[in-house]
Amino acid sequence: MSASAEATVVVTHEVGLHARPSVKFTKLAKTFAAEVEIALAANGPWFDAKSIVKVMAAKAPKGTLLHIRASGDGADDAVDALVELVRRDFDEGTDHVRTA
Amino acid sequence: MSEPLRLQGISASAGYAEGPLFDLDQTVGSYVGKETADDEKAALETAIAIAAGRLTALIDAAEGDAADILEFQIAMLEDDALSSLAFAAIHAGQPADQAWRQALDAEIAGYDASDQDYFRARAADIRDIRDQVLRALTEAGDVQVPAGAILYGEDIAPTRFLETDWSSGGGIALKAGSTASHVAMLARSRGVPMIVGLGALPAHFAGIVLLDAEHGGIVLLPSKAEIDAFRQLSSSFTVRRDQAGTFLARPAATRTGTPVRVQVNIADPSEVDGIDIATCDGVGLMRTEFLFGKSLPDEETQYRAYRKVLEWAGDKPVTIRTVDAGGDKPVPGFTVDESNPFLGQRGIRLSLARPEVFRVQIRALLRAAVHGSLKVMFPMIAIVEEYRQAAAMFAEEQAALAARGIANKMPPLGIMVEVPSVAIVPEAFTEAAFFSIGSNDLTQYVMAAARDNAAVAHLNSVRHPAVLRLIAAVTAFGEREKIPVSLCGDAGGDPASIPSLLEAGLRDLSVAPAQLAMAKAAIADVSV
Repeated sequence: MSASAEATVVVTHEVGLHARPSVKFTKLAKTFAAEVEIALAANGPWFDAKSIVKVMAAKAPKGTLLHIRASGDGADDAVDALVELVRRDFDEGTDHVRTA
Repeated sequence: MSEPLRLQGISASAGYAEGPLFDLDQTVGSYVGKETADDEKAALETAIAIAAGRLTALIDAAEGDAADILEFQIAMLEDDALSSLAFAAIHAGQPADQAWRQALDAEIAGYDASDQDYFRARAADIRDIRDQVLRALTEAGDVQVPAGAILYGEDIAPTRFLETDWSSGGGIALKAGSTASHVAMLARSRGVPMIVGLGALPAHFAGIVLLDAEHGGIVLLPSKAEIDAFRQLSSSFTVRRDQAGTFLARPAATRTGTPVRVQVNIADPSEVDGIDIATCDGVGLMRTEFLFGKSLPDEETQYRAYRKVLEWAGDKPVTIRTVDAGGDKPVPGFTVDESNPFLGQRGIRLSLARPEVFRVQIRALLRAAVHGSLKVMFPMIAIVEEYRQAAAMFAEEQAALAARGIANKMPPLGIMVEVPSVAIVPEAFTEAAFFSIGSNDLTQYVMAAARDNAAVAHLNSVRHPAVLRLIAAVTAFGEREKIPVSLCGDAGGDPASIPSLLEAGLRDLSVAPAQLAMAKAAIADVSV
């Protein structure tokens, strides 16, 4: 049986899916056997969520409705976990907003 | 003896440094090609592994921001998606260094093309990755950076910053660069002075440089007097900064408790990424010339830039100045060649002469106004008819946007007070919603001393009684007529001038972000 899952989540992080969040995002994606992809629109283009080069290339700014889809073993868990990570603002507080 | 040479840029990290110039853009060693494609492939694989190894070694000693940046670079370097293009090119017969350079340059171009400052700033990280691997490929021994040097170049790699020993001083002076770059963040947190956007030096230069990253300028071939003045500012800076740190988070007030509004001047939207909005009362001057650097910007580009700053400021006011090109700020395809540009077609004069360019900016401002508390002001107003013409164009464009059903809002329209005709007869300008004193230009016009000419610098003082009397008269007039008056020139952030400005009646200053804390500290020392 080939499982597949898809969900959307809004990127609330101040500077979008940028360097530090994308490191966390791809690291988490790699822990799943399923094929995981992201897109900025429902009809793609889709980017490999396990490649930081591809995730950064998506250039998702703050406010983006991020589409996440997975297929294969543990597809549901992968999508749930990644949606949660974005929703938790990549486990960062507001300390990334620096003072002069 | 040669004349001193000054270059002005944007401060990315405040502070002072004096030292020899070190050119970062010297060419790297050359790569020796291999016999077969397999050998080329092996050479690149080895170089990537060496580069990743060096980063991993650095990460052990790093913490916070530095560790995050290195972790990001390692993740990029270990991603096959980055190198696959290069390996394909090698398979097609290219040498490893060319293949790698082309693959990475394509990636860098993608970041450079982004319309978001943050992503654009990541191009520096990819360049860093590219150069580390090239360095490993060519095995060129690095030239030792002399202690306390001013690193000068197009841009600077984060690893270069981390490898440099800053304990004996030194600083960074970049031709391009960004205040939102990783290095700029690192420089701010380590207290390393850094300036971006200086442009290129006229010729190959070697010697001592004075780097003033409090005001954003460097001086080459300085005179004895300049070195002395620089050292005074520099030695007081650390003391002032440490004392001032405690003032930053609090609203500004004088010794006797009189509140003073302190706003910031910005030249590039990315600057706000480094400022906590809670530490200032808004943006007193947002310059828009930066948008006009290379070519005339379209409406969408301008709208996005204005909107970014308005959204950052929330309900605090953002005063945007319509394009002030001309004078010492030429724009190709817009400004005109004149024998006396400071007295020629600059500021509002040029905007009114080129309505097709001005109207694009007006539409972008009207649309951005719905995203915050926008105020707009016109530079170089000399007669009230100029204000009326500009205001009429705002009304026309607003009506046109409304007719097309496009969201917009009419901001309060004010004027810069920098031409003496306005400062002497402010009663002719009561139609303006507010006055903002441009002390740099007002001073140079009152004293007839060009501000870019070091030979007359001694005349160019805002504290001359003639200038101060005009500032006091305009401020008093504004108070009587209920027209808000602020000041946004360099004098507003200069601790030595602040007492005179407050005594002249001003209670609203706008200063460079790097001067915010010290301006507040200087205000707290004044009894008015």
